[in-house]
Amino acid sequence: MPDREPVSPLQRGRWGPWMPWLFLAPAALIIFTFRILPIVSALGVSFFDASFGKVRGFVGLAQYQKLFADPDFWQSMGNTLWFVAGSVPLSVGTSLLFAMMLRRGVRFLGLYRTIYFLPVVTSFVAVSMVWKLIFHEDVGLANSVLRVFGGHGLHWLSESTGIFELALARFGVDLPTWAEGPSLALVCVIIVSAWRGIGYNVVIFLAGLQNIPEHYYEAARIDGAGRFGIFRNVTWPLLTPTTFYVVVMTMILSFQVFAPIYLMTGPPVGGPLGTTSVIVYYLFEKGFDAGGNMGYASAVALVLFAIILALTLFQRKVVEKRVHYA
Amino acid sequence: MKSLRRNWAVHLMLVVGAISFLLPFYWMLNTSLKGPTELALSPPSWWPAMPRFENYPDAWHAVPFPRYFLNTILVAGSIVVGVVVTSGLSAFAFSFFRFRGREGMFNTFLSTMMVPEPVYIISSYILLFNLPGGGRDGWIDNYSALIVPWLAHVFSIFLLRQHFLSFPPDLVDAAVIDGCGPVRFLFSMVLPLSKAALTTVCLFTFINTWNSFLWPLVMTNSDSIRPIQVGLAFFASEQGTEHGLMMAAAVFSIAPLLIAYFFAQKQIIESLTHTGLKG
Repeated sequence: MPDREPVSPLQRGRWGPWMPWLFLAPAALIIFTFRILPIVSALGVSFFDASFGKVRGFVGLAQYQKLFADPDFWQSMGNTLWFVAGSVPLSVGTSLLFAMMLRRGVRFLGLYRTIYFLPVVTSFVAVSMVWKLIFHEDVGLANSVLRVFGGHGLHWLSESTGIFELALARFGVDLPTWAEGPSLALVCVIIVSAWRGIGYNVVIFLAGLQNIPEHYYEAARIDGAGRFGIFRNVTWPLLTPTTFYVVVMTMILSFQVFAPIYLMTGPPVGGPLGTTSVIVYYLFEKGFDAGGNMGYASAVALVLFAIILALTLFQRKVVEKRVHYA
Repeated sequence: MKSLRRNWAVHLMLVVGAISFLLPFYWMLNTSLKGPTELALSPPSWWPAMPRFENYPDAWHAVPFPRYFLNTILVAGSIVVGVVVTSGLSAFAFSFFRFRGREGMFNTFLSTMMVPEPVYIISSYILLFNLPGGGRDGWIDNYSALIVPWLAHVFSIFLLRQHFLSFPPDLVDAAVIDGCGPVRFLFSMVLPLSKAALTTVCLFTFINTWNSFLWPLVMTNSDSIRPIQVGLAFFASEQGTEHGLMMAAAVFSIAPLLIAYFFAQKQIIESLTHTGLKG
């Protein structure tokens, strides 16, 4: 921050000392009441029983005990981890590939960027609705394309079998439950979620690529580096800060996935067999469905917060330490 | 020769990418114009043989979509105005004044950005439920629950402050020497010089509010308050098998933003990528 005089000349006069607080008051009022107060009280609520708006008795750590004993919670957690593990590499990898192809003087760059970004502007609700139809078993586009190529139709959103199990079953391999992988239904949601976010990441990567000075490339070319060599030794290391940012942001967003789960899966949502229930849907279901307990849901919220906080702090730490080159 | 061939490969992949981003939109349009007989075809047809345009008015009247649109415009409009005012004023205080607690306050604001919406949505519900002045359930199922908590936005404050700090300090001195008070300085110097940053804030706020889903889903119960995304989602779950009507509703619910995107794509892309995205 640039050094200014101890007191800004704008602050002279009788009202001077109060002036900044007057300007600050509207934002501060909203942020303290509707952001900070709920954030702080989330922890408190998780020690109580609360049904809808009404907070009832103090229960100590009982919500957490109940939570960690619930197999559905662990299933949702597992699904969420699969979701993150699937959507982050898919989204980041594809965006990086597209950004690499789009960089520097490709014709129609603006047009491509406009098209790739289109889903980002579109609501997740509408996006989920059309993809649900595309994955429809009988009248969906996905199965009709598969059949054109001589394959069998798949059950897509109603397939609860893990994809590794599906892929290996025809070879007579039977995997143990933990190795079956995310259900095909969850993979459909992973694809849709990545599809919607790729354009966003492409734009971020394009900006990152533009920041790499041209003379690095020239030097590499003069030294006789090949296309892969240039990527391996110039682009990739210099792009690390951007890549790191995109990976962490995509992870944080993926942990919070809700809309496509709510709109594409089931009925009941989270199906088939709970293989698409993610942590935020679990929170929503426990907190707001009939007979919901908001204290219990708050405990779920705190677990989610712990995960995201850890990711954020990890990001800060790494950004401070490592990823600066220029 | 080799580079020419490689170029072809790149272009081919870019085109395949473009098609995969456009196809679902085409599919939405295609399905939205099909009648019951065509919808039942397997495999589905690539274009509607007998376009049924009535799907659009039918969907529009099946549930109160006009009301949902009105609600969304009311909520998004109020929030945009509110965010511009609160962020403009507070960013002004953070950048042009010196006072005790300034850094602490700013950092407190910033720290709230680390907490994502699902974490505080339960306790927000409890808070809104217990606030006086709304209906039977406090502010729940009331416009105020959709609008008031979103009237300030930390990242907008951050963005505007960054912009304000780029002004030369001499500007303040010159203005004060000319007898300009803080309010006039803000309105006749700072804001007119910040049109681009303010546009970014407006576009981002409007688009994110238009598309927000979890918050209004939780905070509303009745048709008269429901914004478009929640209305559309309920329509989809109730009309689960009427694919033609569902896609027609999806088309007209995304149309306003897509039309805006068509005219202001550069600003919209910049706005969303500068300020971050919500699920």
